[in-house]
Amino acid sequence: MIIRLLARRPVAAGIGLIAALALPWLIYPPVAMDIMAWALLAVAVDLLLGYGGLLSFGHAAFWGTSAYTTGLIALHTGLPFPVAIVGGALAAAALAVPIGYLSVRLSGIYFAMVTLAFAQMIYFIVNQWRDVTGGENGLQGVPRELLGADLSDPFYFYYAGLPFVLLGLWAAWRIVRSPFGQVLVSIRDNPSRARALGYPVDRYRLLAFVLSAALAGLGGGVFAISHGFASLHDVYWTTSGQAVMMVILGGIGTLWGAVLGAAVIVTLNDYLATAGFEETGIVTGAIFVLIVLLFRKGLWGTGRDLLTAARARRARPAESGEDRKVEVATERPAAVAERSGG
Amino acid sequence: MTGAILTARGLVKEFRGFRAVDGVDLDVAEGSVHALVGPNGAGKTTLFNLLTGFLPPTAGTIALAGRELTGRRPEQVARAGLARSFQITSLFPEQTVRRHLELALAGPTGLGWRFWRSDKALAAFSARADELLDQVGLLEFADRPAGTLAYGRKRALELALALSLDPKVLLLDEPTAGMGAEDVDRTVELIRRVRAGRTVVMVEHNMSVVSSLADRVTVLQSGRVLVEGPYAQIRHDPRVITAYLGDADAHR
Repeated sequence: MIIRLLARRPVAAGIGLIAALALPWLIYPPVAMDIMAWALLAVAVDLLLGYGGLLSFGHAAFWGTSAYTTGLIALHTGLPFPVAIVGGALAAAALAVPIGYLSVRLSGIYFAMVTLAFAQMIYFIVNQWRDVTGGENGLQGVPRELLGADLSDPFYFYYAGLPFVLLGLWAAWRIVRSPFGQVLVSIRDNPSRARALGYPVDRYRLLAFVLSAALAGLGGGVFAISHGFASLHDVYWTTSGQAVMMVILGGIGTLWGAVLGAAVIVTLNDYLATAGFEETGIVTGAIFVLIVLLFRKGLWGTGRDLLTAARARRARPAESGEDRKVEVATERPAAVAERSGG
Repeated sequence: MTGAILTARGLVKEFRGFRAVDGVDLDVAEGSVHALVGPNGAGKTTLFNLLTGFLPPTAGTIALAGRELTGRRPEQVARAGLARSFQITSLFPEQTVRRHLELALAGPTGLGWRFWRSDKALAAFSARADELLDQVGLLEFADRPAGTLAYGRKRALELALALSLDPKVLLLDEPTAGMGAEDVDRTVELIRRVRAGRTVVMVEHNMSVVSSLADRVTVLQSGRVLVEGPYAQIRHDPRVITAYLGDADAHR
């Protein structure tokens, strides 16, 4: 009964919302904000991978471009930070148009390699363009301006940044469950068939790519404002790799799984870092390998399967109960016959 | 019979020096059923892929109702009114049967681009989808995922999908391939029913299907047109008998 209730969509969304609101009470607020920003990046990657069948290994380009653009807008214009974040996300989407145009014709490992190559180009440009990006020092002292409100406390900033993340997550959910999402899934499963039905496959993939980049950019913007700086790490390939890892860990093609994956990895990284452990990659890598081996469909996908199995098991005793009723029913005529005979 | 609706002139397709299709001219009369036959490797499927834009021709031209189609992409060819079914059943395994048709019908309306709307908007096409499903006898399976259908029913869904585009010309790639006798009869009946007022081009191995459906037959061999004419005429052609029908008669 409780399991069935939990599986309902509005209930699940409600629990997710409560968890998101409660998060900075439970863990260190800046880490909570990190989880949320990374969740957006992971969901963006999952939108492409799980629903478009395209593995992007270059989403750091969009996350990072937005982080720098957001930082630059906030630093130089003094505009409120929401404007800066929206500007960052738009910049990421604009960058995704040429990169996507050149990559979506490819699929499988070639798509992954080309997106990685473009992301490395962006890294190179950000590193070289010192006058604007600050080179290896990064962009420092990004302000958190919001109509004069004091958001210096990360606890309060969390609630200022959260609406962007929730908006992004809702957008991803909407995209997946839209006519566009249906076409995208069809293209993933059978591109030739989709073409024969008159769907321009590459243009659909391009739109998915741009939307995904915008979501990644939204996350990157929130991340930059939250930390007060943008650094080369934001455009580095390890950022792309970590986002892909989160998606696989949580479960490809589930969206919720990507959020869960982000929560696990960010929390783990933070725990290891505060424990003074330097080589966090070894631990997260080992856990990643273990989870992939033990739970093929990731944490969320496996959990969902177990839930379905549990529900099926519950349905079976109910059926046998009906069988018993049938037996009783067949017994009854005999009893009636006996009675009339007596 | 009026003039040709689909014409091909001097079509050539070369794969690394091998000419799979070698200078084919084709005229498909409007409202006719035109069969492409020939032994394995004659270039039937390659010709099919050229006509539908899935392969670009090395040389030659294709026109549909006087409109140039050469070099167009598959989705543009489909929009222009040339719909195809696939030889190997080609569906979206997780989508329901009805959703297949809804997506096919939604294509020209641009609904597929609306990423901000609920996918429930596709239900606007469900009435027409059910009509088409009824036509091919699949209505009772409308809510099943396509991947779970039996083989013959998948082929029927293929046909419904091609029909949903309301094409000027319907191209069927071996519509009875791999079917038992009963399914073959049902499919022939189905094609006869849906062809009304349409032009159909079909690649077909089964000669009894060709004889019962086709108005004209083009026999291909080694990428060239060997003979073209009505079935009754070509079946007695000695060249065709040696190239192809000889085999088919041996089966009987």
